[in-house]
Parts: sequence; structure tokens; C-alpha cells
Amino acid sequence: MKKSERVAGNVASYIDDRTGAAGWAKKNLTKVFPDHWSFMLGEIALYSFIILLLSGTFLTFWFDPSQQEVIYNGTYAPLSHVSMSASYASTLHISFDVRGGLLMRQIHHWAALIFMAAIVVHLLRVFFTGAFRKPREANWLIGIGLLTLGIVEGFLGYSLPDDLLSGTGIRIAEAIIQAIPVVGSYLSFFAFGGAFPGHVFIPRIYIVHVLLLPGIFLALITVHLMLVWYQKHTQYPGPGRKETNVVGYPLMPVYMAKAGGFFFIVFGVTAFLGAVASINPIWLYGPYTPGQISAGSQPDWYMGWLDGLVRMAPPLETHAFGHTISWNILIPGLIIPGILFTGMALYPFIESWMSRDNREHHLLDRPRNVPNRTALGAMSLSFMIISLANGGNDIIATHFHLTINGIMWFTRFGLFIVPPIVFIITKRICLSLQRADREIVLHGRETGRLVMTPEGEFLEVHEELTPEKKWTLTQHEQPAALTAPSEDANGTRSKAGIKGKVRARMSEAHVEQITSPTATEAHELEGGHH
Amino acid sequence: MRLSNFRRKKIAGPVLVVTALLTVGSAFSIASALPSAQRTEVSAQSTLVDEGKQIFLKGCSSCHGLNAEGGAVAPSLIGVGAAAVDFQVGTGRMPMADMSQQAMRKKPVYDATQTAALAAYVASLAPGPAAVDSASLTWERDGNVAQGGELFRTNCAMCHNFAAQGGALTNGKYAPSLMGVEPQHIYEAMITGPQSMPKFSDKTITPAEKLSIIKWIKSAQSEPAIGGASLGRVGPVTEGLLVWTLGLGLLIGIAVWLATKAR
Repeated sequence: MKKSERVAGNVASYIDDRTGAAGWAKKNLTKVFPDHWSFMLGEIALYSFIILLLSGTFLTFWFDPSQQEVIYNGTYAPLSHVSMSASYASTLHISFDVRGGLLMRQIHHWAALIFMAAIVVHLLRVFFTGAFRKPREANWLIGIGLLTLGIVEGFLGYSLPDDLLSGTGIRIAEAIIQAIPVVGSYLSFFAFGGAFPGHVFIPRIYIVHVLLLPGIFLALITVHLMLVWYQKHTQYPGPGRKETNVVGYPLMPVYMAKAGGFFFIVFGVTAFLGAVASINPIWLYGPYTPGQISAGSQPDWYMGWLDGLVRMAPPLETHAFGHTISWNILIPGLIIPGILFTGMALYPFIESWMSRDNREHHLLDRPRNVPNRTALGAMSLSFMIISLANGGNDIIATHFHLTINGIMWFTRFGLFIVPPIVFIITKRICLSLQRADREIVLHGRETGRLVMTPEGEFLEVHEELTPEKKWTLTQHEQPAALTAPSEDANGTRSKAGIKGKVRARMSEAHVEQITSPTATEAHELEGGHH
Repeated sequence: MRLSNFRRKKIAGPVLVVTALLTVGSAFSIASALPSAQRTEVSAQSTLVDEGKQIFLKGCSSCHGLNAEGGAVAPSLIGVGAAAVDFQVGTGRMPMADMSQQAMRKKPVYDATQTAALAAYVASLAPGPAAVDSASLTWERDGNVAQGGELFRTNCAMCHNFAAQGGALTNGKYAPSLMGVEPQHIYEAMITGPQSMPKFSDKTITPAEKLSIIKWIKSAQSEPAIGGASLGRVGPVTEGLLVWTLGLGLLIGIAVWLATKAR
């Protein structure tokens, strides 16, 4: 035994004698995870979060979260001797006078955009593959919580520098708070410690941004990952993959190396963006003053859909009992997001209810095999994209020579017309893909090779799929729709009533499928054709 | 490796698409970055009035009327002054190419002498703000950048954007980008209020403050791209676009590649 090995062994024994870690490590380091690129989307979010913690800590060393008025006398000449808040001045200081400060600011901001984008694509993967089903409903809810908090955290973060753009964003947030019926004005006064903008808002959101929310994030992410660990990762269907096993590679060494490497790749891409592309150039925006506003004031993209909804809302207001209800802000700013996020959170439970499915699912669905869910997802996505597009309506108008009113009217109608069309088209595409699967299983792959028989007949050679491939294409369940009998066998009226009918109708939509070929069908065809 | 082999590779499709996009994109940016027409100094002479009238009758009277009294589609030019003519004709906005929402900046139809003649004619109809020329505007010496920035953000940014890149107005109208606009035209726009723009009289914004605004615009124009590519200086929309295309594109691409390597 070499000396180094002996030393390592001694250290390991020392730790193991005191903690008993060897058994734990042996079990967990060999834990198997399935392998697929789409399982790495959540990792992008996790690594961006780590980058956010690191770069954010750096920024706190110089950032001064104060609305104290100061006169700027730093290096950026175009703002020389302009009066501004200390938070804006310190952000300028970080950008121009701290070594690496601007790079860190840009990395922090790009990481935030990547974090949110990665959360969204991760969520889409989980949704479209049915990974939210039992037993993972709780983790779905935690994910929705992280997404919601991420939007808030991002908004608070870019509001901190107190520049003209972020001040405009806070002004809109104030309007949304005020739109809450009856208590809105009081809530706004609590939040701002008096009239807008006041002196306390930036210090308050600072501590929420750097302490409270990151703490909650850490806790939620930890539980999120512990649940993945404990419940094991889902896997795509395939030969040898069952509800009761996990086929993949062990954590040590394969995923240790892959995940570690991927962290540095995410860091590299973020640092690359931070180095080559400007983001949130607050020195150009100028310090915030309530009397100023810039054309093209937009939120970051993950808030853009909200801004788009507010921009398209018609001017509706009612006055009753001495209170004004601003429907034009209330509906797009609070009611629609509330409905969307509640619906998203409840979806696993709705699906389980309408399909009466209380079993555990560890094998993922191919999106085409659950057309109704896939269509619902695509429909929701189209709703968000249309809203998001209207959030950038002024930029789209100037850059593509369109009229802002035209875009607004298009999105106002589009919001109601496009999603149902997307639903129908997506469902049809899914069913067509199922037909294609059925076709290829029964008749094999078209090789494009034409053969002339001795009789002069031309035939295209079809290549039969491998049994593994056939299994993958046909393994999914095709449950029948639930029925809602109005009477039972003895003629008693069913207790289920309307609820039962609704469930039956939803179930009918949910199970719409192209019948997958059975083993006998495939067998018969083989006999006949070849 | 022969090219014909390459095209059978899985990567060939994506590579081809990226190459095509890059080619089209750079061709477009080169084509759209052509410098605007240069202008020469304007000099006013009294004999120009007649000359100007002749040009007016030929080029402008069909809309503005034989005596510049205005018509159904065009305003009266009596009292608009030489400044308005120098701005509208000097930036190519007048004569209009078509009856769109707003006259757009284009290559001027008339040269400097003809523009001066037109301006002299219109100025002779009734008193109005006189044309200025860039050489006489001492913005570089007398302007204050920081003060100009404050004034710009208070009075101009709401339409022209925080970095003077322009912005959208209602029904297809727009506030144009101020990048590369001659100081004299910026000044004339402020004193005459062309199209949707309000007029900023010397009482609202003093001549000295106007010089500061010009100095700030020029400073914003010549500011180097601090922190990397400026992404058009239009705010978070292009940032979001970049993160979803390049950022997530790279990361997901690498994830796919890593998963392929493992097999």
C-alpha cells in the first residue's frame, strides 16, 4: 500500500468511526439516475441559482440600499453632479469604479434571466411528460412555488438600483397593489411607508431580496431535491424500464462528473453573456424621478406577459360606495395570474380526479400519448406567448413598422381565439403521431428501396422495427373512458350526479386515443405480409 | 472529409440554418447601416425667395396650396418659418413619399441651395422661427451633458426612449431615433414641433438648455458599448430575446450533447 493510500484510508476510518458515514455514502453514492437531456433542465436552474448566490454576495459588498439623496461625482461623466438616491449612485459605483463590478452585475442579471427560463423549460418538461403524477404532486407544488417566488425575486432585484426603468416598474407594482378593492390604498401605504415613492421601499425590498427570499429558495430547493432523491427520478419508457425500477447510471462517478462539469458549463455560458452582452445599462436609464418616463419601458421577460395583459386591458372602472374598482388593473394584474397559477398548481389533482387514477407513476408519458394534456399545455403556452408579445408591443411596432394599436387589437382577440385553435391543432397532431406510430409498428419503416418482383410488380421494402423499438412505441396504457351511469343495477339513481357526468365528460376527452396495435394484430400482419 | 459526406450528418441541417441566418442577418445590417446623406451649409440670400417660390409651385403646392395656404391633406405653411422648412426638407421628410401615418426621414429630394431657397420663400410669407445651422450652434462649448440628460429624460425620453433610440406612438406613428441627426435639425425640431412632437419654446426650454440636450444626445450617440453589445438600447425585450435564443439555446444544446456522449 502506498503512503498516500494509507493516509486516505486513515482519514476515512477516522470520519467513519465518528459518523458512520460509510454505510450512508455506500448506499447513496451508487444511487442510479436515468439519463436524458431533458432531465438536465432543472439542473440549469439549480446552477444558475448558485451563480446568483455567489455573484449577488459580491454585489452586496458595495451596494447601498438607501433612498438617501446624494450628488453623484463618480467617473461616469454624463451623470456628473446629478442628484440621485444612494442605491443608484452605489450601482453606478459598482458598474464603473469597482474592479469587475460591471461584469458581476451583468453575470448576476443574466443568471437571473437564465434561472427563470430554465425553470420554465423544466416545468414544461415535467408537465408534458406527466412527471407531476402521483407520488410527485408535492414536488410539482414546490416547483410552482419556486416559479412564483422567482418572478417576485427577479422583480425586486432589478428594482433595487432605483433607476428610471425600475422605478417605473415599482410604480406599476404600486398601481397593482392599489387596485386591490377596498384595502388597496392602505396596503400601498404600508408597503411604501406613506406616499409613493417614499424612503423605505428600497431598504425593505433589499432585505427581502437578499435574505428572506433566498432563504426560502434554499429551503424549497433542498426539499425539492430531497424528494427527487427519495421518490427516485422518473424515466422514459423503454425495454427493461418498469414502474418498479430505475435504469441508468450511478451517481458516483458518472453523475458526479457530469453534474459537476455541467455546472461549470452553465457558469461559463452565463459569464460569456455577462462579458459580451450589456444588460440593464442603468447609467443610460438615469436616476428615478416620478416625473420622468422612457418610451419602451418593459419589465424583464418573466414579467412581460403580465405587462402585456395590463397593456391590452380595456379601460374599465366602477365606482361604488366611495371606492373605485380599477378592473383594468385588477383583472390583468391579479385575477388572470391568480387563475393561471391556481390552475397550474391544481392540474395534477384535476387529472388524477378525472381519470380516477390513484396509482403511482414512475414511467413518463410520451407527450403524443396523452393528447389532451399536451394540447392543454400548448394552449396555455400560446396564451402566455400572446400576452408576452403584447408586453413588447412598442418595440415590435417600431422594429417591424407595425402599429401599436394593431398589435394590441390582435392580441386582445388573439388571447381568446388562438389558444382554443392551438388546443385543437395540438390534439390532432398528437393523434396523427399516434397513427404514425401504429403504422410504423404494423408495417415497418419505409426504406425507400423499390424491388421488382419476377412478375414485374414493384414493391417497396419495409424494414421491420426491432422488438425494443416496438415495445417503446406500444407500451403505454390506453385506459377506457369513465362512464357515469345514471342508475345502478337496482334502479337507484347514482349518487355521483352532475359531478359524475362532468368527470365522465372530462375523462372522455382525456383518453381520446388512436388504438395502439396489440400483439395479435402485429403478429397477424407479419404472417400475412411477409 | 468531402462536403457531400458532411451534408448527410445530423448536424448539417442546423449548421446550414445558422449559416443562412447569419448571412441574411449581416447582409441586412450592412445594408441598413448606410450613412445618411450629407448636407452642406445653407446660406440665405434675398434673391432666393423667387427661386424658392418656383420650387414650391412645382414640388409642394399640390398639397400645401399655391400660396402655401394649406389644403385638405396638408397644413398651411404661413408663419411656420424657415426652421420648419429646413427641418422637414433638410431631413428628407418633405416632400412626402406617400400618405402614410407620418413623414419619414429619407434621402433629401432637394439639395442645400434649393432647401435654402424654399426656406427663404416660406419665411417671406410671414415671420416665423429662423433656420439654424450646425456651425453656429455652440453645443460642444456651451452645453452641459448632465443637465442635458436630465432635460432629455424629463421632456424627450417618454417618446424618444431613454437612449434616444426612438419609440412607438399611437396608430403607427413613431418618435424617430435621434442617432446621427444633425444638431441643427434637433434644434429646429424643438423650436418648430414637427408632426406629433410638441413645440418647446425658449421659455419652456431655454436656448442654452437646448444646446445641453443636443450635447447629451451626441454624448449618448458616441458612448462606447459599455459592458458589451448594446442590444439596441431598447430595454429588456432584446435581453429576453437573447437569453431565450443564445443563452438557453447553448445550454440545452450542450445538455443534448452531453446526454448523447453518455450513450
